[in-house]
Amino acid sequence: MSFEPKIVAFLCNWCSYAGADLAGVSRYKCAPNVMSIRLMCSGGLEPSFVLKAFKEGADGVLVCGCNLGDCHYTDGNYKTLMRMTLLKKLTEQLGIEEPRVRLQWVCASCAEDFTNAVNRITEDVRALGPYKKEKVEVESGKNT
Amino acid sequence: MSILKGKPDDDIKIGVYVCHCGHNIASTVDVEEVARRAKELGEVSVARDYVYMCSSKGQNLIRQDIMQLGINRVVVAACSPRLYEQTFQNVLRESGLNPYLLQVANIREQCAWLHEPGPLATEKANRLVKGAIKRVIHHSPIEEQSVPVFPATLVIGGGIAGIQAALEIANSQQIVYLVEREPSIGGHMAQFDKTFPTLDCSACILTPKMNEVARNPYIRLMTYSEVVEVSGYVGNFNVKVRRKARYIDEDKCVGCGICVEKCPWSTESEFDADLGVRKAVYTPFPQAIPNIPVIDKERCVYFLKGKCRACEKFCEAKAINFQQEDLFIELHVGAIIVATGYDVFDPTPISQYGYGRLPNVFTSLEFERLCSPSGPTGGQLKLADGREPKSLAVIHCVGSRDQNYNAYCSRVCCMHSLKYSHLFKEKTGGEVYQIYIDMRCTGKGYEEFYERVQGEHVRFIRGKLATITADSPDSETGEKLSLSCEDTLLGGLVNIPVDMAVLCVALEPRHDAEQVAQILRLGRSRDGFFMERHPKLDPVATMSEGIFIVGCCQGPKDIPDTVAQASAAAARALAMIVRGKMETGAITAAIDETLCSACKVCNALCPYGAIFFDEVSNVSRVNRILCKGCNVCGAACPSGAISTRNFSESQILAEIEGVLV
Repeated sequence: MSFEPKIVAFLCNWCSYAGADLAGVSRYKCAPNVMSIRLMCSGGLEPSFVLKAFKEGADGVLVCGCNLGDCHYTDGNYKTLMRMTLLKKLTEQLGIEEPRVRLQWVCASCAEDFTNAVNRITEDVRALGPYKKEKVEVESGKNT
Repeated sequence: MSILKGKPDDDIKIGVYVCHCGHNIASTVDVEEVARRAKELGEVSVARDYVYMCSSKGQNLIRQDIMQLGINRVVVAACSPRLYEQTFQNVLRESGLNPYLLQVANIREQCAWLHEPGPLATEKANRLVKGAIKRVIHHSPIEEQSVPVFPATLVIGGGIAGIQAALEIANSQQIVYLVEREPSIGGHMAQFDKTFPTLDCSACILTPKMNEVARNPYIRLMTYSEVVEVSGYVGNFNVKVRRKARYIDEDKCVGCGICVEKCPWSTESEFDADLGVRKAVYTPFPQAIPNIPVIDKERCVYFLKGKCRACEKFCEAKAINFQQEDLFIELHVGAIIVATGYDVFDPTPISQYGYGRLPNVFTSLEFERLCSPSGPTGGQLKLADGREPKSLAVIHCVGSRDQNYNAYCSRVCCMHSLKYSHLFKEKTGGEVYQIYIDMRCTGKGYEEFYERVQGEHVRFIRGKLATITADSPDSETGEKLSLSCEDTLLGGLVNIPVDMAVLCVALEPRHDAEQVAQILRLGRSRDGFFMERHPKLDPVATMSEGIFIVGCCQGPKDIPDTVAQASAAAARALAMIVRGKMETGAITAAIDETLCSACKVCNALCPYGAIFFDEVSNVSRVNRILCKGCNVCGAACPSGAISTRNFSESQILAEIEGVLV
């Protein structure tokens, strides 16, 4: 059987989760490899969530929030942007290849942005192959 | 169990309910397989699938299992939680279970509808359901809370928006504090001459409402006052208002106006858009409410040089008091309505239009004052040299729909341009040129007004104005203006000589909108106007519970829309006050005080100021009423001390494990 990547997506409740719902309502199709987890705000994404996903066998992580300037909580997504920039440096140092961690803004009416992001990360991760956590044991420090 | 780091209760019995949604889910996902796989998990006591879980029969399945099997955690695998989560929460509530012991797995929108039928879609549904099962183990009851609402409302801004909102509330016999920065209420509407499209005299329809405000016993009017501080939260705001010194005792003044008459010092009148003059002691306009003058400290020669006091000498009521000082007044209110209005765009930076340099180029607000019978010219249109103008050009979209200034449309200018055309024709019978980009006449009776003005021989030129210069070649006096613009319908450049030009300037956010936003913790949209909670479905409320925005502070709008929005906000405020209490969100952050290291990182991050530092206990604490549950603090806490109810770290980590393993 061919390799089917397992990818976790963290979606903010107000824009990205609604955008992903709209993708379904519009019957857009995308790869079935991404499992969504709903957060209230992408700014509430704890870095440990991303590390935990890799620890539990995810091959990629997608983080989605509102477009900059449109955050339901004023500026939570700017915090996401800063955190993700830093986190990506960390994950790269841990040996997690860059395309496995992605940040994508998806507004509540941007259904295609969501399906495109899902397809892109799935293809990229499929090309990279499975993420072998044995290579670098991820210890988030906070939750292990 | 604590919502924070506690261990799950020992006796957890999970019920899993998989919905077919007719064929919507069942045609893509093998729902029976999903239920079967769920049942195999040790923690799951019962797993069922049913054709419509949201139907009353479906709901009964859950209800019965809770009652008869003692199910104490529920997973519903169905459509998006954004649709039916509340329905299923109610099922739990009615069955005696806390509604937050539910988790919804979204296997319709984000699974069945997104993917082709087959084992991969079913596999994904299985994973989503397993994530929900692992997550719900970590759910714990959340107490829903309500706060009492203090029965008083603050309205900030006394233009037509604030007046309307205040009257609606006061007419229901509820207390309103109406705070206005200027010496009189009335706002921009008081400055207008006529109102489109019916050509009602603005003062004639506004002043009765202003008088009503003055008369209504439920309205506490505070003019020449500003809100300087707001603390507290929905239902219980503490507001500090600065009552600027008028230097006139409001209780003694009878409004006879002798002080104004005797004052020897004059300056430009702000109310007349600096075209007219007023005294150093003044009421901005004759119908001012309250009819109590103000001494302008910056202009009064007594304050500047220590001599004069003419007003004091003539005031029979002995109301003049040069010793008066600013007063700070504390108000307690349950709801706040923000109606701070707009500023008009200053066209000086568009130097090619010559505003400020060419004397016969006016802004729209200045033109309103020139047309007004109570304005600086008594309603007569006059050029700088005193002649009556024979031709007028009305320039649309000055500072609006312009990437260099404001990208948005100011919405009212097309209509007031048409009004100006009509008024100019009526007053002078001269030529009128409209230089427009698009005509946007979208209100009731607006298109009809457009047609009427077209019938009055107004010339409409579609194009953007390039320049206004004073050197018209065909001018006899050399004082005529020459407009150069592209006529996009003719496809060529045209030069138009006119006597007078009016720049229809954009409506902009108030210059101090940023400060007001900070005081009230309001968001602002990209254009700088205050941000509503939802652009379509909740254009009156804000993300700050109990604070509403009305009129042009939310975005440019005309008088009918402003009045409608003001009434809507009043209804919302009244609903809170009449009920006497408000439910606040259950999803809020909590701090484990034993873990808090007092670093205060969270204090500054919170967009709602909901976290404060308790100096006595040396820990940060969350005000649950202000908190909106975004978990920005939780994500940043270096000690892992903060967790958001129903989105706690342990819940999310369990869900991650569930969908992957």
